[in-house]
Amino acid sequence: MVTSYRIQGATGEWEVVIGLEVHAQVTSNAKLFSGAATAFGAEPNSQVSLVDAAMPGMLPVPNRECIRQAVRTGMAIEAQINAWSRFDRKNYFYADLPQGYQISQLYHPLVGEGSLTIEADEKAGIPEDKVIGIERIHVEQDAGKLMHDQHPSMSYVDLNRSGVALMEIVSKPDMRSPAEAGAYMRKLRAILRYVGSCDGNMEEGSMRADVNVSVRRVGDEFGTRTETKNVNSVRFVMQTIEHEARRQVDLIEDGGTVVQETRLFDPGTGTTRSMRSKEDAHDYRYFPDPDLLPLELDEAFLDECRASLPELPDAKRRRYVEGLCLSDYNARELTAEVETFARFEQLLAETATKLEKSETEVATQVANWSLSVAPGVMNALGNEANPAHATASAQAAILGMQAAGDISGGQAKEIFEIVLKTGRDPQEIAETEGLKQQSDTGAIEAVIDDVLAANADKVAEYRGGKDKLFGFFVGQTMKAMQGKGNPAVVNQLLKAKLDG
Amino acid sequence: MTDLTELGVKAIRDGVAAGDFSAREVAEAFNANVEAAQQALNAFIVATPEKAIEAASAVDAARAKGEALGKMAGVPIGMKDLFATKGVQTTAASHILEGFVPEYESTVSANLWKAGAGMLGKLNLDQFAMGSSNETSYFGNVISPWRKAGSNAALAPGGSSGGSSAAIAARLCPAATGTDTGGSIRQPAAFVGISGIKPTYGRCSRWGVVAFASSLDQAGPMARDVTDCAIMLEAMAGFDPKDSTSLNLPVPQWEAGLNADLRGKKVGIPREYRMDGTDPEILASWDRGIEWLKDAGAEIVDVSLPHTKYALPAYYIVAPAEASSNLARYDGVRYGLRDLPEGAGLQDMYAATRAAGFGDEVKRRIMIGTYVLSAGFYDAYYNQAQRVRTLIANDFKAAFELCDVILAPTTPTASFPLGDKVDDPLAMYLNDVFAVPASLAGLPAMSVPWGLNSDGLPLGLQIIGRAFDEQGVLNAGLAIESRAMFNAKPEKWW
Amino acid sequence: MSVTHETVAKIANLARIRMDDAEIAKLVPEFNNILAWVEQLGEVDTSGVEPMTAVIENHLRLRDDVIDADPLTGGGVRDAVLANAPAAEHGFFGVPKVIE
Repeated sequence: MVTSYRIQGATGEWEVVIGLEVHAQVTSNAKLFSGAATAFGAEPNSQVSLVDAAMPGMLPVPNRECIRQAVRTGMAIEAQINAWSRFDRKNYFYADLPQGYQISQLYHPLVGEGSLTIEADEKAGIPEDKVIGIERIHVEQDAGKLMHDQHPSMSYVDLNRSGVALMEIVSKPDMRSPAEAGAYMRKLRAILRYVGSCDGNMEEGSMRADVNVSVRRVGDEFGTRTETKNVNSVRFVMQTIEHEARRQVDLIEDGGTVVQETRLFDPGTGTTRSMRSKEDAHDYRYFPDPDLLPLELDEAFLDECRASLPELPDAKRRRYVEGLCLSDYNARELTAEVETFARFEQLLAETATKLEKSETEVATQVANWSLSVAPGVMNALGNEANPAHATASAQAAILGMQAAGDISGGQAKEIFEIVLKTGRDPQEIAETEGLKQQSDTGAIEAVIDDVLAANADKVAEYRGGKDKLFGFFVGQTMKAMQGKGNPAVVNQLLKAKLDG
Repeated sequence: MTDLTELGVKAIRDGVAAGDFSAREVAEAFNANVEAAQQALNAFIVATPEKAIEAASAVDAARAKGEALGKMAGVPIGMKDLFATKGVQTTAASHILEGFVPEYESTVSANLWKAGAGMLGKLNLDQFAMGSSNETSYFGNVISPWRKAGSNAALAPGGSSGGSSAAIAARLCPAATGTDTGGSIRQPAAFVGISGIKPTYGRCSRWGVVAFASSLDQAGPMARDVTDCAIMLEAMAGFDPKDSTSLNLPVPQWEAGLNADLRGKKVGIPREYRMDGTDPEILASWDRGIEWLKDAGAEIVDVSLPHTKYALPAYYIVAPAEASSNLARYDGVRYGLRDLPEGAGLQDMYAATRAAGFGDEVKRRIMIGTYVLSAGFYDAYYNQAQRVRTLIANDFKAAFELCDVILAPTTPTASFPLGDKVDDPLAMYLNDVFAVPASLAGLPAMSVPWGLNSDGLPLGLQIIGRAFDEQGVLNAGLAIESRAMFNAKPEKWW
Repeated sequence: MSVTHETVAKIANLARIRMDDAEIAKLVPEFNNILAWVEQLGEVDTSGVEPMTAVIENHLRLRDDVIDADPLTGGGVRDAVLANAPAAEHGFFGVPKVIE
């Protein structure tokens, strides 16, 4: 676990120590303790129940799906699942917190210790795979939202988010560079999206990180950390770390000390600043929520959670390499996003069926198509392409024709282009647009005979030992066939004729 | 014609059903009493005569059409102002909720309306149910209808359900809802010579009831006799999926199950309740109660509840801790009072609003609760109190191996003059010394009238039962009631 | 343990209840009386005793993930939510401007 990332200070080298507390919004229809909807972007306070607004006498009743998704997430990071857990109240006053407390889990979280692995990435300074420890996952309520710009002297409160279920995923302080933190965020996001417990949409705030940063001389004890709240993109997390680490090193080297405090990241400047409003909120007076009983999960519940887990990123990548014989690069690219592997696997299945071959036999062709050919065509077309036309069956049809030798690679691209623009059937396009290659041996032989007859001198040279002329004959044949000859067939017949 | 306001729940319900009088006549009679007594007793924060009439008319109409009538059909009741009532101000007797008109109805009150009851008004109480004398209400003290023989001094109706107790004793309503966190049904019932039962924790939904201490709060009926309590509890109780602590059990038919024959039953007498300094008249009333239950056929057994002494201190950690958190929502943002001093920021607004909105006792308890939960003290105070609570519950479990119900005094003294204990919080807290242990253990417990003491003031006896055994409690209560033959009522001076 | 004026002032701030010095001074002895009284709990041997979690044997129920299944605990009731607000504007609750 050698990471070379170091901050160069005036007095020497410093190491940065990073822990992340990721708040991930649990994918659910209704809120954690009320029946109000969770959809993003609704009219202010339109998705607020009397419970979420903390009206007098309102009580929480937990949503099974939120608990289930948190348990499944815990299983996905191979964590200990606590069949007995409790909800606690975290007490503080703020305008986005209607109850005056957040229902969370301090003393007995739902999920205990687990871990995830970030992959080696030489370019990013991660020399080898690294396991990052995860301390715990607990379930808690999100707060509402304050808006400060609508009124000269007032802030406005929207409680639509109030009570939405969050998982707080707390890492150990195991990361040592912004790149590692970035890789951790991406890997965690992938796992959440594979599991389906969080949509990972950072722009909509579905995933935010509290970034804990401290610096130390290599080998020293941990330094005092700061916590930068609510950082909402991978890039910003990395910027926060770079800035905080630099700031702390400069501060210490100038004779100052780092204060344990809450800070805020400013995306405009890429810097952090102290957060005044949270200064005195440190005594949260946690205690078990007396409105809720202990959360006890039975075996049947846990079994269902386990049984419903999909294949996870690491396992999938391994299977792509070992089972489908894909390259490391292809496997990594294809498994990075849920949408990517979902499209790939569907296309792979259809293509294999169409060609009556095993998935392994066609995997490389489908992978290359999925990762480079198809996106290339799509990008070149820009707005002219309608992605809805890029169905698995259309693409499988194109790949099938190509594998059968009916069309060339170039023709496959041209056909796909037309499919993207019009949604027409690939087979029909190949027929009507003349986008088929000639594989009929009789027809090709006729052309070859003409070419050989017209170039008797070259034939003699070739037969005399000038092997290199073979390419010339191929070129002449293809030219005569306006590029539509099946190259493999052309090669084979030419060879036979010349050598025979 | 009979004075309809002398009738109880059963008599009214049966009379309406039989056509002896209309529900509307009953409502009108009680409405008149409410109005006449308001100035003197201050039992109601808001009277809702139109609501009572509306419900009564609906019952009369249903009866005329031959429809089946509910368990409480035609009975007008008082609603403790801790229950949210849709469209009717709900304050918990606090300035901080003055003017708050809920857009929702509590489960318990909704159950009562569904059973055919009507609302005479919202009853006064100790602010946020914190108090034992009804002197902490922002809307003024409730005055007990009772007076000491030969004195005009205003007496406490008990608390926190003091509006409920006073109104029933003064015949302003035949029954009322109460809530009991640490004796708030039983102590006021004892002070005014009526019955009241706190059922097993979880029997009555807490949804829509302004919370004081969530793990203790439990609603229950207060009425003139045991039968009326049984009827009304049946109407109030029931599983509510909106309350995570609600008991998912069918509601027993307590009224039909009433039986004062205690042959084969064992009644436990907890020796630790015989405390130094208890009023000798209270101890004598207890001895008399023991004789009555023997007479009803019960066997009397000595039991021990060794941690009784620690119940009150444990309660005064757990209840304020929960309250300090439950009352954080009163912040001037979404409802209720907002005090926004010139130039104040958000946090200043909170502090100003809560300073202006909460009464002294509420502030005192929030402060204690905040302190015992604060960093470094949580384990020594709160967790220790919750451990002691486990021991207290275990004491009861052990005792109920030996007996079916426990008989004890409800209060250490009879009612006291208003103002007597307001400057001494601890002395006030001690009022609930006999009531609090059952609250901490979540057990059903009731107070029934015993008789009058030498000052002419009512005393009550308390019966505590096993979890879920309200029937056993009611039956023992009925056995006492039928021997005490309590029929005293306060002489009307208002 | 006895509390000081400063402690009570700190607690008042934590509880967001504005108190002047006179109010705090009055509360200090009351606080100490009550705390001294509750501290008798320290006498009780609670080793091996679990703090109470559920007063009556009961299990936490989980509800189905259905939007607005019960109108009393569902959303889409903005008017009801804002009906009692001291300052509601444009569908929001208004509070004094917050500087974060």
